[in-house]
Formats: sequence, C-alpha cells, structure tokens
Amino acid sequence: MKLSPDETIFWQYGFVTINLTLVTTWAIMLLLVSLSVLATRKLKTGNQISRSQSMMEIIVTGINGQIREVGLKEPGQYIGFIGTLFLFIGTANLLIILPWYEPPTGSLSTTAALAISVLLAVPFFGIQKSGLLGYLKTYLQPTFIMLPFNLISEASRTVALTVRLFGNIMSGGLIVAVLLSIAPFVFPVVMTALGLLTGMVQAYIFAILATVYIAAAVHESKKKDKKSTTHSKEVSHG
Amino acid sequence: MDNVSIIAIVSIIAAGFTTGVGCMFPALAEGKSVSSALSAIAQQPDAAPTITRTLFVGLAMIESTAIYCFVLSMILVFANPFWNHIIQ
Repeated sequence: MKLSPDETIFWQYGFVTINLTLVTTWAIMLLLVSLSVLATRKLKTGNQISRSQSMMEIIVTGINGQIREVGLKEPGQYIGFIGTLFLFIGTANLLIILPWYEPPTGSLSTTAALAISVLLAVPFFGIQKSGLLGYLKTYLQPTFIMLPFNLISEASRTVALTVRLFGNIMSGGLIVAVLLSIAPFVFPVVMTALGLLTGMVQAYIFAILATVYIAAAVHESKKKDKKSTTHSKEVSHG
Repeated sequence: MDNVSIIAIVSIIAAGFTTGVGCMFPALAEGKSVSSALSAIAQQPDAAPTITRTLFVGLAMIESTAIYCFVLSMILVFANPFWNHIIQ
C-alpha cells in the first residue's frame, strides 16, 4: 500500500527525482497562476465589474479580514505569504474530487517545505518590523531563562504544522483506500466528502496558525518598544 | 517463535493500542472544548466569529495529538523500521 505520492516516480537520475508530488504541485501552481492572471487582466474601478474580478475581490478581502482579526493591522504586507499558503493548500485539498488525483499535501516533503517556509517567514517579518536586535530580544522575552524553551517551541511547532497537515490528508486518502476494499459502494463517497471538509479546515488552520506565529513575533517586539517609551516618559516626568 | 513474528505481533498490538488510546482522549478533549464554545456562543452570539476562530485553532492543536498517534501506528504497520532491519 502506498502511503504518499512520493513513491510514484516518473523519472530519476542520481538524486534528482521527479515524482507525482512534484508534478501535481507544479500543476496546481500553474492552475492558480493562470487563473489569477486571467481574472486580473482587465481590472476596473467602476460600478460594473466582471464576475472574475468580483470573485478575486471576495477572496482577497476575506483573507485580509481574517488576517486583521488575528491582530495584524496592516494585512497588505502579509497577504502575499499567508494568502498563498491558504490558496495552495486549499486548492490541493479540494482537487480530490478529481479521479486519480493524489493531493501533494499528503506527502511529508510538501508539508515539511510549507512548515519550513513558515519557520523562516516568522523571523523575516519580525526583523522587518523591529530590526535584528529587537527581534532577537523577543527570544529572551520574560527572562533569559526562557531562551531554550522559546527555541524548543519554534522547532516543535514546525514539526506540529508538518505532521498535522500530512496526517490529516494522508489519513483521509488511506481511509478511502481501506473502505474501497471493504465496502466499495457508498461509503468511500461519504468519506471523500468528509475529506473535502477536513482539507478546507486544515488549509484554514495552517494559514491561521502561520498568522498567529507572525503576529506574535511582530507584536512582542512592538510591545517592548512601547513599554520602554512609556517608561522613559515616566522617568522624564518624575 | 522467531524474531520476525515477535516483531510483527508486538507492532500490530502496539499500533492498535496507539490509535485506540490516542483517539479516546483527544475525542474527550474536543467534546469538552466544543461544548464550552457552544455555551459561550449561546450566551454571547456577538462574539461568535472570535470564539469560532479560537475554537478551530484549539481543536487543531488538540487533534494534532491524535494525528501523532495515528502517524505512529501507520509507521508501525506499513513502514516498520525494525521489521525492515530484520528482513534484510
């Protein structure tokens, strides 16, 4: 029994391997990019906008609203990363309605790559907001004793992001495969429908957790600045 | 009994127990959190979006423990490293 689409290999030379995961990922990227290029080709600002522009505006406004609700007040600079995560994972999980399709998110390498990009994006946005020293100080946040625990939490939440997405999608596919051999008539359809729901929820959760981590990195450094300024004000008043 | 059958028996029993116990307690925890979220929404319907978002994030955190157990039992059943070591 195949556990992941990594095991379907089309072409291999040395350590360079082209497997089903890579092919599906590139197909989804092509689909998303071409759809958005087609939809944003003739943008208008009047009362009459096209259906595709309306659709795109709904998606972008919705993601912006979610990011703002978590606590990032200027979602414009984060939607490029978070929106891409959500749309990619969502599309990859929704396409299981196609026959013979294996979601690339059911492979540990895809989810590890996504989680590592979150791991790198958190310090990127933190440093962008408050400078290198200001970001590094957030690791010593309550006291310097917490430094190893902060580092452990960074690593463990990356592993958790990876295994959560992989386990959910892989288990959906596996349950359908097991049911096909036991009761192949109706139940696989029901489980696939449940898989659609799980896939969408997992895409939402991945994006929201990435937003929460970025918001924590950005906020803690800002809070520290505010505290030091108020403190200096009090000192000057006194 | 040779090594191969001992490893097979222990792996299968351990996989069953892992998924069983690992589904039981996260299910209890998720039921508790959903019920308290529902009563909070019933008391304050205005706060429903915030409660729902927090609930989803919390459910994902709880569910990931069940997923760890599931992945572990999948490894034990389908990609057992000890089994592969003995077979080779």
